[in-house]
Parts: sequence; structure tokens; C-alpha cells
Amino acid sequence: MKFEHFGTGIIKGLAVTLRHLFRKPITTQYPEQKLTTSRRARGNELVWDITKCTACGTCAKACPQGVIRIVTSAKPVENRYVVEKFEVDTGYCIFCGLCVEACPFQSLLMGYSYERAKYRRHEVVHTNEMLLPSAKRPASGYMYPKLAKALPPQTLLIERDEVKG
Amino acid sequence: MVLNPGLGMEYHWQALPPDWPGNFWWHWLAFSVIILAFVLGLVMGFIWLERRGIGRFQIRLGPNRTGPFGLLQPIADAVKVLLKENIVPAAADKIVHWLAPLVAFVPTLMIFAVVPFQDGALLADLNVGVLYIVAISSISTVGIFMAGWSSSNKYSLLAAMRDVATVVSYEIPVVLSLAGVVLLAGSLSLNQIVMAQDIPFILLQPLAFLLFFIAASAEINRTPFDLLEADSELVAGFHIEYSGMKFALFYLTEYAEALAVSAIIATLFLGGWRGPVLPPWLWFVGKVVAVFSVMFWIRSTLPRVRIDQLMALAWKFLLPLALINLVVTAVQVLAWPEASLWAMVPVNVAIMAALVVTWSRLLKLGGGRVEV
Amino acid sequence: MALKTESFALNIGPLHPSTHGVFRMRAVLDGEVIANMEPVFGYLHRGIEKLAEERTYTGVIPLTDRLDYLASMSNNLAYVLAVEKLAEISAPERATYLRVILAELQRIASHLIAVGAFVNDCGAFFTPFLYMFREREKILDLFEMLSGQRLLYNYMRIGGFNQDIPDEFLPALQKFVSQMPGFIDEYDRLLAENEILLARTKGVGILPQDLAVNISASGPVLRASGVKWDIRKADPYCGYDRFEFDIPTGTAGDCYDRYRVRIEEMRQSLRIIEQAMKQLPSGAVKSTVPYLVRPPAGEAYAHIEAPKGELGFYLVSDNSIAPYRCHIRAPSLINLTALRDMTVGWKVADLIVIFGSIDITMGEVDR
Ligand code: SF4
Ligand code: SF4
Repeated sequence: MKFEHFGTGIIKGLAVTLRHLFRKPITTQYPEQKLTTSRRARGNELVWDITKCTACGTCAKACPQGVIRIVTSAKPVENRYVVEKFEVDTGYCIFCGLCVEACPFQSLLMGYSYERAKYRRHEVVHTNEMLLPSAKRPASGYMYPKLAKALPPQTLLIERDEVKG
Repeated sequence: MVLNPGLGMEYHWQALPPDWPGNFWWHWLAFSVIILAFVLGLVMGFIWLERRGIGRFQIRLGPNRTGPFGLLQPIADAVKVLLKENIVPAAADKIVHWLAPLVAFVPTLMIFAVVPFQDGALLADLNVGVLYIVAISSISTVGIFMAGWSSSNKYSLLAAMRDVATVVSYEIPVVLSLAGVVLLAGSLSLNQIVMAQDIPFILLQPLAFLLFFIAASAEINRTPFDLLEADSELVAGFHIEYSGMKFALFYLTEYAEALAVSAIIATLFLGGWRGPVLPPWLWFVGKVVAVFSVMFWIRSTLPRVRIDQLMALAWKFLLPLALINLVVTAVQVLAWPEASLWAMVPVNVAIMAALVVTWSRLLKLGGGRVEV
Repeated sequence: MALKTESFALNIGPLHPSTHGVFRMRAVLDGEVIANMEPVFGYLHRGIEKLAEERTYTGVIPLTDRLDYLASMSNNLAYVLAVEKLAEISAPERATYLRVILAELQRIASHLIAVGAFVNDCGAFFTPFLYMFREREKILDLFEMLSGQRLLYNYMRIGGFNQDIPDEFLPALQKFVSQMPGFIDEYDRLLAENEILLARTKGVGILPQDLAVNISASGPVLRASGVKWDIRKADPYCGYDRFEFDIPTGTAGDCYDRYRVRIEEMRQSLRIIEQAMKQLPSGAVKSTVPYLVRPPAGEAYAHIEAPKGELGFYLVSDNSIAPYRCHIRAPSLINLTALRDMTVGWKVADLIVIFGSIDITMGEVDR
């Protein structure tokens, strides 16, 4: 192996790094600055709307991980099933979204939030009321374009003004 | 003759007789403290500067949480490292393992004894200053080898072997490239060399500067010659089994060596403390920081060479060029008219370019596959 | 007097910064020179092939994400194609074009990591790596926009996609495609002529053409050895025959060629994306597929040119809702076959470089 380029290759490389010294950093200072996630974000939780759920159990069957447990009871008078217990063990959930895709009644949605780390294991098991949507548990627009439209647009690195290479 | 040592840097120490009672020790004490403060302070500064600087080269910010601009980061790191558990591997040679960081660190500190911070402001104006630097700086290798060997870890042993090989090879180009400077200045004392630099020697000796920069970076294992630490191959190299304060000492050594090389380059090639307007010590520190910045700029750009290429570079590229440079300088010192010193600059730059280009054509770096 | 020397065994990995996961190389060293090398893997075995037998055909798609987690889209594509072949479903035109776009984007993203990590293995202090991560980040942003996640997309479905692309996708993609060539040129300025990189990679770890064919290597590793073999041309899927692109090949089969081939492939991928964007038809992105796919009994093998090589899924159906057998032809694993032949006689430092130049993902090797 020879010094084919008499060291000019090294100098060219040094010039490239030097040029980067004067570019804006592309990193974000995380806890203070936050990027907006995708409108279809599959966040670290599921959001479940009890009013729409018919207790059909499709979501539980669709889940490849067996994360969703549903206990239902029949209400013959009203001719429907009601959910007694809807339990999602987010510790085992891989947030693949297949349950949301499977739900035929728009009752199960992916959560929009992340940062859902917990200190205790039992805290990651969400049951009934804990799954309901609220200001703290917004739903994302995964599979539901109408919901997605309402969410803020995703921050894209490509939109950042940057000197071209 | 003023006999008021210990306080001011404004005195010309070399003018003092070395045998005045008591005061001699004052001088030592004062400068020991200054050197310790200088080394520790600047090393902290360097660590911060390198991390921030490399961060910016890599279009990120670098540490910015502890203190304004992350200035306290080195201190936080130091505290953290101090509080860490000191682990000695069961199979280690315990005494050697303990001694190694000290053996590595102390000689590095001793280099600064002969570095002038401003005119005459140095611990000991040895008239063999350059020789002393060359001699003392290679002692750290013993410490590193001790560390690598005593850890009884295969990675650290490999690193230690590499270090010894590197230092043995690179001492020679270092010395030879310094010899050119010494010839020009006509003295081995660093203060005298600074005094001689009406034109910074980087202009008169560009080739020597290039060779010294490469060789010295190799000797202190800065990228692209950081084969000792080679995190992608040897994980952490010789200090893989070190933790706590002992690791901190190695870390300190690494940066103190970088500081030493920057200081030597600043002194020998960039005119040391000489410069207009600003106070001399500020010039000196500024130059040191500038040289170090180039070092981490290089670090952030280049990949690492391989051990056989490293050896080949020393023996096939640096050594012959350093010899040629020495001969050329000797001839120039003898024959060049004193008045037209500036004319030497383009001549020497041309010589450097020609030599580098021809040698690049001749050079073959390292071996290929070995049949086993 | 001859010195007594002794070779010694060095375990590189499973926990080592340069093993790209949990790979172990048991190297016998003679000084710095590698006298023998034995790869040991299986540390990341999760039994994905077996797990697939327990899940519905759709439920396997998230599993394929976790094979080569740096190129989830390609894995999805290969699996989905296999199922479509098995169940005789065809995806609509728009979905086919989108698949091409996404697969090529994924190829760029994966090659960026491959090159970045490779230069890191050569000893560069993360700088090229981070520059390349910047561009990869832009691709991940696009993928996140589509699928909601940045790494494990789970976006393709049997018969198309689960949802159409949002409106803001195409403008962003256009912007990326117009910016990217500039950045690739910048990487070239940074690396292509760098003497140290050349010294470290040229002539190092040569994989001879015949050996490459014999071990059935594929992808950039094969093409760097000078074999012009690309499934996109050899057995076009997803209508790759409709696009114009070249297959970059190397000549020497050394680490440098593998690196160059990857860089050139990025340029070709951009070309394909540009063409596919122009031709992208409108319409549905999913054909009507029953909720539980129940393919007729039989078997099918579909392969694609994944970033790392030929990725194939072999599926056997017994007319139930879950595959009877799912075998994955993982390019990473097969490309590793020649590692010993490539590394013996080189130095420890070269071992890392050669290993890095093959570009493997442990998730795919161990499955
Ligand atoms: S996101 Fe996936 S793993 Fe989680 S509950 Fe839904 S289907 Fe199951
Ligand atoms: S699929 Fe939807 S409606 Fe059916 S049980 Fe699940 S959440 Fe309820």
C-alpha cells in the first residue's frame, strides 16, 4: 500500500470535518427540547374506548404476543356482551399495532405518548379504566387518518435548514 | 541582581546563581506548584476542549450539562472516578499493578520542568533541555508496559507490546527532527531556542515540524496512532483492568503527554512565549491550545493505522526524511548567509514538498497477509 | 538461541465493542497475527423460525422486523412476498412501487450504518459514523411517518400495506432524494482517498471470486468480489425490471471494494427511488385479503436483494392460519462462512476490519 495521494486524501478529510465545525448541531437537547413524533406514532401504551368496545375479542386474537386479556359477560336482555376486564400487559407488548388494525369498531387505538417507563412491574399492566383516553393519554392516528390530521405535524430532520453537503 | 524569588515570573531565572541559600528551594517550590497547577488545569481544560470540540466536529454539542457550557464536566468526571471501586484482578501482579500508573504519570510531569512559560520562567533551565525531554518522556513507556503486563489480560498485554515497539521506533525520528531545530538555534536549552526564534522554526524547519508532529503523536498514542487504546480492537488496551483513581492517573497521563507535546511544539517550532502585545505566558498557553486543537481535529477525522504500518512509517518514511532534513539543515546553517534568513522559508517548504512527494512514491507501508 | 514462542487464544467477544452484537471470535494469535479463527454464534438465538409456526401469517410480520433490525422493511418485504406467493395474492400497483421505494430507502439506511460502523472499526473516532447517522436519521424520520416507529416498522402487510402514505411523505422524500447525493459526495471526500483508510482496507481480507460463489455469499460481499449477481436483476420481484439501474461491482474483493460497492449502491438506490417516485400510480395500497390468510397446502420460497444480501423466506403451509414451517435464508449468516479464510494470516486489527466489512447483524445471524 502506498501513499497514493501524498496525503491530500487526509487533507481533504480534514477539510470536511472542519466544515462541519461551522454547521449547526443536529442533536436536540432531549428533556428540554422534544421532537414531535409521527402522527401515526405507536407509542408505549394502548388507548381503549370503553363506549365503542363490543367485547368481540378480535384484538386479543390478533395480538401475536398474547398481551390482551378480555373477560366478558353476556347481557341477554340488551342482546350484547359487556367487558368486565380488559387487561393489557404493556411489559410484553411489542407495540406492533396489529390489535389496533384488527379492532373493527375503532375502539382500540395506539397511544401517542412515549416516556412510559415505570418503577414497578405491576405498574405496566393496564386494566380497564387505566386504558381510557384522557389528556394525559392521547391517542395517535395510527390506522385512523382522521385522528392523524388533528395531531401536530412530525418534526423532520430533513426540514432543518442545513448547509448542503 | 534581584534576589526575590518565589513570587514573580518577571525575573530572569537563568540569571540567578544556582547556589543562593534557601532561595533555591523557593524557586523549586514555586515552580513545582506552578507546573502542577498548569498541568492539572490545562489537562482539565483539554479534556473539556476535546470533548466539546470533537462534539462540534461531529455536529453535536458535547457535554453541556454540568456548569456553564459543561465546563465542570472534567471535575464531575474526576469526582466520579475517585469514588469508583478500585478493582485489582485476582491474577494480577499486585505491586506492579499499583506502581504502573505512577511510573507512567511522574515522568510526564517532569517534562514540564524545562518548558519556559515566559522568558526564563522555568523550573530548571537545563542546558541539555531537549535531551532531557527526549530521555524523560520515554520513561512513561515503562509504566505503560508494567500496566499491560501486570494486568494479566491478553488485550492489555498486546497493547503493552505495541507501545514498546512504537516508542522504540519513534524515539529516533523524534530525536532526529529535533536535531534540526537544535542546529538552527545552536543550543539545547529550551529558553535559548525560544530566544533564537526571530522567525518561528515552523517556517524554517517545516519538514522537521511535520516529522516531529507525526512522530510525537505516535509516541503519545494520539489518533491515528492510538493503537494502545484501540477501542475497536483491544477494547481499552493497557488500562483495561484499571479502575478508579488508577485509571484516572492513566487518563491524566494521556492528556498530560498531549499537553507536553503541544508545549514542546509550541516552544520549539512556534516561538514559545514570544509574541506581540499579549503577555508572554498567554501567548504560550494560546499556542499550546492551538496545537492541541489540531491534534483533536485530526483525531476526529482519521482512522487508525495498523501496527506494521506504524512501524513502516517510522522506519521507512520518518527516519530517512529526518536524516535528510538534518543534513540539509546542517548545510544551511553552515552556508546560508545570515542576512537573508527569510529566503530560507520558501526553499525549505519546497524541499519538504519535494521530499514528501518522492517518498510517497517510494514508500510501501507495512506487510500484507502472513502465511501461517 | 531461538526464543521459545507460543501462540495464545484470544476470545474476541461476545462482549466486545466491535462485534456488532454478541458474536464471539475465538482467535488463536501468533503475536499479532491470527493463526486460526473460529466464529462462535448463537448468543442471540430467539427461535424466530419456531415462533413463526405458532402465529398467524400476519402475526409473523412483527417477528421479521427483529431479524435484521437495521433493515426491517426489507425483511417485511421478503416475508410478505413469500406469503403472497404461497397464497397467490398480488399486491396492487401502487403498493408494488411503494415497496420498491421503501426497500431502496432501507438499503441506503442499512448501507449507511454498514459503512459508518466499518470506518469505526478501522479506528475513526465516530465522526464518519455520526455523519452517516444523520442521513439515516432522515430516512428513519420518513419511515416513522409511515409506520409510527423508527426501527421495527411492521408496515407491510400481505397484499400491500396497512395504510396509505400520508400526504407529507412524498415532498419530504423528494427533498431527501435531492439532498442525498451531495452528502454521499461528502463521505467520499472524507473517506475515499484517505490514505490511512486505503492502507487499512486495500488488499485486506480478500474474498476470491470462486470462494465467494462456493460459499453462496450474496449482496455487496459477493459483488465486491466481482460477481455481477443481484436478485433485483437476476430474478426481478416487485417490478424491478421496470427501473434502470446498474449493479456496482468490485474487482479485488477486498474490504475497500466492499466499502465502495456499498457507497455506489446508495447512488443506484437513489436512482431507483427517483424513477419509482415519478411512476408512482394512485389507487389502493392493499388488495382485498381475508383477515386470516389461509394459504393452500404447499410451499413457497421468495427471495429479495436485502441490503446485506439474498434474504429468502421458505414457507410451508398445511392450509392452516399459521405457517407449518418457516425457514429464513439469512444473508448475514451465510456471508460469515468465509470469515476464517479471509482473516487467517492477517493481524488482530485486520480481523476487526474484515469482520466489519462483511456487515452482519446478529439478529439475523442467530435468529
Ligand atoms: S400492539 Fe401488538 S403486541 Fe401490543 S397488544 Fe397490540 S397486537 Fe399485542
Ligand atoms: S377488537 Fe375492538 S371492539 Fe373488539 S374487543 Fe377489542 S377493542 Fe373491543
